[in-house]
Amino acid sequence: MRSSSRFLMTILMGVSVVTLLPLHAEYRQRMSLHPENRPPQALAALKLTDLCLATEARHTRHPSLADRHSPFQEHPAALDFFPSGSLILPHAPTHTP
Amino acid sequence: MITTRERHRNILDFALSSLGRRAGRNLSLLTMYCLLIFVLASLLFFVSALKREAARLLEDAPDLVVQRLVAGRQDLIPENYGAGIAAIRGVAHVEPRLWGYYFDSWNGANYTVIASDKPTVKDGIAAIGSGVARSRKIHAGELFPLRSPGTEPLLLEVGAIFPGTSDLMAADLIILTPSDFHTLFNFPQGKFTDLAVTVTNRKELPMVAAKIAALYADSRPILKSEIQRTYQSIFDWRGGMILLVLLSAVLSFIIFAWDRATGLSAEERKEIGILKSIGWDTSDVLLLKFWEGCAISLPAFLCGVIAAYCHVFFFSAPFFSPVLKGWSILYPQFQLVPVVDISQLLVLFFFTVVPYITATIIPNWRTATMDPDAAMRS
Repeated sequence: MRSSSRFLMTILMGVSVVTLLPLHAEYRQRMSLHPENRPPQALAALKLTDLCLATEARHTRHPSLADRHSPFQEHPAALDFFPSGSLILPHAPTHTP
Repeated sequence: MITTRERHRNILDFALSSLGRRAGRNLSLLTMYCLLIFVLASLLFFVSALKREAARLLEDAPDLVVQRLVAGRQDLIPENYGAGIAAIRGVAHVEPRLWGYYFDSWNGANYTVIASDKPTVKDGIAAIGSGVARSRKIHAGELFPLRSPGTEPLLLEVGAIFPGTSDLMAADLIILTPSDFHTLFNFPQGKFTDLAVTVTNRKELPMVAAKIAALYADSRPILKSEIQRTYQSIFDWRGGMILLVLLSAVLSFIIFAWDRATGLSAEERKEIGILKSIGWDTSDVLLLKFWEGCAISLPAFLCGVIAAYCHVFFFSAPFFSPVLKGWSILYPQFQLVPVVDISQLLVLFFFTVVPYITATIIPNWRTATMDPDAAMRS
């Protein structure tokens, strides 16, 4: 087989797989809506507000509820020393503190 | 007469054999290019999936959360604030909430403790997240001691463990009854952590928030839209993690493309000179370089995207988890639901593949337009 044929077939296979990714994603999204895969009712009733991404500090565990001073809470000249604090920013500036 | 298709096939054959002659150099180029696409595509997939999870979670979030601030810090909110807020026109329901954090000195993990009066929990029986169960190595039905300010630890029986599929919401949760919550933290009666307010008409939310702020100067109303905005900003391209990865990836790509664009090696110039001297047109040489660019960039793009998809959605993004984990002892083992934004993939394609092919063609075009003799001697 010509090397160009092998190359074009490989590219075609790759394109086919990449084209299938959105279909797979769609399928998994539909599966996630199935009652078996939904979060338990007890959790929905808690009206949670934040994703559990980092648990080391309250301003990264609950960025939407923590006040803007919480990263600097240790003492008056404190800096935010938690690693996740450099990645998860505090809540967007609003009219409230 | 050779057809256009056959001409392209012949040139592609020649391009592949030409790349094969410098296999080591081109394989390292392909690997690096593939890694770059992998990092960028992983980031795109990871952020899109987290945005979707956040949007799903916030469907159940309260319309308005009211906190009390004392000296800039969140403080406990008295019961009478709830009664005052419930009297505001447009407020349908005010639910005082009890929640807080528990530092487990046994393993150094932080848990989120929430009081609930739902039948899932009873006095002495708690429901816990799978992350808590993992970190304490406990199972349903076993006893779970927690240190309380009193002399005796609070002994809770694990009534239920939330499934691993809800880790992204509940990995660190301990749900217990209000009575157990008061015992665990010696929490004052008549005070709450915050108030969850439900408003009849969503359009009136800003007005209700303004009324609450006017009624209680030390209150801090947080709208659901503000929470949504917080998550948009976290996963925004300007966000810490995204900016960090994006900048490093873009910088590497600029160096990479710059290296390609700033000139050809003597060997490459000699090759172009020989091709021109045996009768190749400038257009043939450019077509050859176009196919050489494609032979590197297309497999790199496809492999990078497929590997990124597997990394994020089949293996739960192990390369990103240490970044988010930080010093956290307890880290959720979440399986993200895939989200593929085709427009984002197209943007990634045009920002990586097209500049690379262009950077390959331009220096070759300069050499290909030279006299063959000059090209070979230069």
